[in-house]
Amino acid sequence: MNNVASIATDDVRELYRELILDHARKPRHFGRLEDATHTAEGINPLCGDKLKLYIELDDSGVIRDAAFEGSGCAISVASASLLTDTVIGLPVAAAVHWFENVTAILTSDSSDPTIDLGKLHALEGVREFPSRVKCATLSWHALNSALENDKTPATTE
Amino acid sequence: MSHAQPASDSVLLDVRADFPALDQSVNGHPLVYLDSAASAQQPSSVIDMVAEYQAHDHSNVHRGVHTLSHRATEAYEGARDKLVRFVNASSRSEIVLTSGTTESINLVAQSFCRPKIGPGDKILITHLEHHANIVPWQIVCEQTGAELVVAPIDDRGQVKPDELRALMTDDVFLLGIGHVSNALGTVNPVKEIVRWAKECDIAVLIDGAQGVPHMNVDVQDIGCDFYAFSGHKMFGPTGTGVLYGREELLEAMPPWKGGGDMILEVRFDGTVYNELPYKFEAGTPNIAGVIGLGAAVDYLTNLDLDRVAAHEHYLLSYLMDKLGAVDGVRLIGTAETKASVQSFEIDGVHPHDVGTILDHQGVAIRTGHHCAMPVMDFFGVPGTARASLAMYNSVEDVDRLVDAIDKAKQIFA
Repeated sequence: MNNVASIATDDVRELYRELILDHARKPRHFGRLEDATHTAEGINPLCGDKLKLYIELDDSGVIRDAAFEGSGCAISVASASLLTDTVIGLPVAAAVHWFENVTAILTSDSSDPTIDLGKLHALEGVREFPSRVKCATLSWHALNSALENDKTPATTE
Repeated sequence: MSHAQPASDSVLLDVRADFPALDQSVNGHPLVYLDSAASAQQPSSVIDMVAEYQAHDHSNVHRGVHTLSHRATEAYEGARDKLVRFVNASSRSEIVLTSGTTESINLVAQSFCRPKIGPGDKILITHLEHHANIVPWQIVCEQTGAELVVAPIDDRGQVKPDELRALMTDDVFLLGIGHVSNALGTVNPVKEIVRWAKECDIAVLIDGAQGVPHMNVDVQDIGCDFYAFSGHKMFGPTGTGVLYGREELLEAMPPWKGGGDMILEVRFDGTVYNELPYKFEAGTPNIAGVIGLGAAVDYLTNLDLDRVAAHEHYLLSYLMDKLGAVDGVRLIGTAETKASVQSFEIDGVHPHDVGTILDHQGVAIRTGHHCAMPVMDFFGVPGTARASLAMYNSVEDVDRLVDAIDKAKQIFA
């Protein structure tokens, strides 16, 4: 098992953390949401990541349910899965705030100590892999589009 | 180049040292470059030639009486002469210098096809094509009302010959077909296909972007009307390319871009176009790039493309055997005759993740749809991982690829 141990210290593991792999293998809230009030597509044409996000708002503007379907790499699927886990139960303004915080943390060079990503912290590994940042932010852009009722597919290209 | 054919490692070349970009570490590992089908590395002779020109000889071509302009023109036109010999065109008039395969194909679509086709005419392509050999035809079909017809492929990634022939009907104006598939490595029997097309009086354009880097190409022997290729796939600079066209066809075609250099005389009541091939070369060209491309031709010619082909054939067979033996790896594109490209997927690992994990071990491959989305749809995959070989790759490179794939599998296990 020496080989496996050496991989564990490999910093590609920083990208593929256990939580990411877990959500990639078993994405939460995966599927279609029949009662969705808001939807948006996210497409990364260069990578072939393509997902559709479903949001169901209740009358008071709280996200009652969220789901996604589509296909993509481990990073984009895990990020979408974590997104749905995060935003269910939140008012729209709070979900948009999450979008802003996640994209700010993943796309900036320096960490903002005032932002606590909670378990989304697991996504921070992409910062060392610039070509993969767009995979991690794709579903978040789709969330923002869905909540703004923007009909053009979100893209992070 | 057949996968089944035995080969001895005595055919292997050792030219890695000619390519300075290969002499580096990536993410702490010596670089293994397996993405030459996207863009090949350049030998020192090309890099030095371009630098020498920029440092000492640069000026505009075909314009000045001064010494530098003369030197630049000599070097630029000298590169054209090398390209004439490289593909065995019958004259310099047949070698149009372009920005790449894409521009070459668009030139044929707009200048050769557009004035001559309309509703009821067809352009025939195959399911294997790169987007550059699909979209220009879609555009000209939209402009003219002609119809685009697609010949099917089988599950090894080969054009079905009988079905292709059956689609060669009287109303087909032109067949556009790749010499070698960039996504799968399939080598099409272009000489035979051209013969069938000629029996039906169909013009043929061959997308040779993946052909010229890997085998000797003789356009007169193939018998095609047009052959398009790019400099950067054959170890030359980006932004350079060639359209070979039969002289009588080029002669009859109108220019497709207007500007300087493509004219003999300009008056407001009418302009006289320049002779071939300059009629198709409006504006100041990529002079340094073309001179570098000439150096790439010299490099390939000195090395001998038959030896390059033998080297790559041995390595591709080795790669297919090693990769094919890895649990959970599915080879995509297993044509009987292949050149230098292998697409694959790893069970449970998205190609994009494969690409990142391999890069982390210094192994550069391409992942995604390879500008051939219809091919991906055919195999029911969003994309593939693709390793592509050139004459500077080695058995060790293939071993490193296989080791890196093992790591990817372990991470996702």
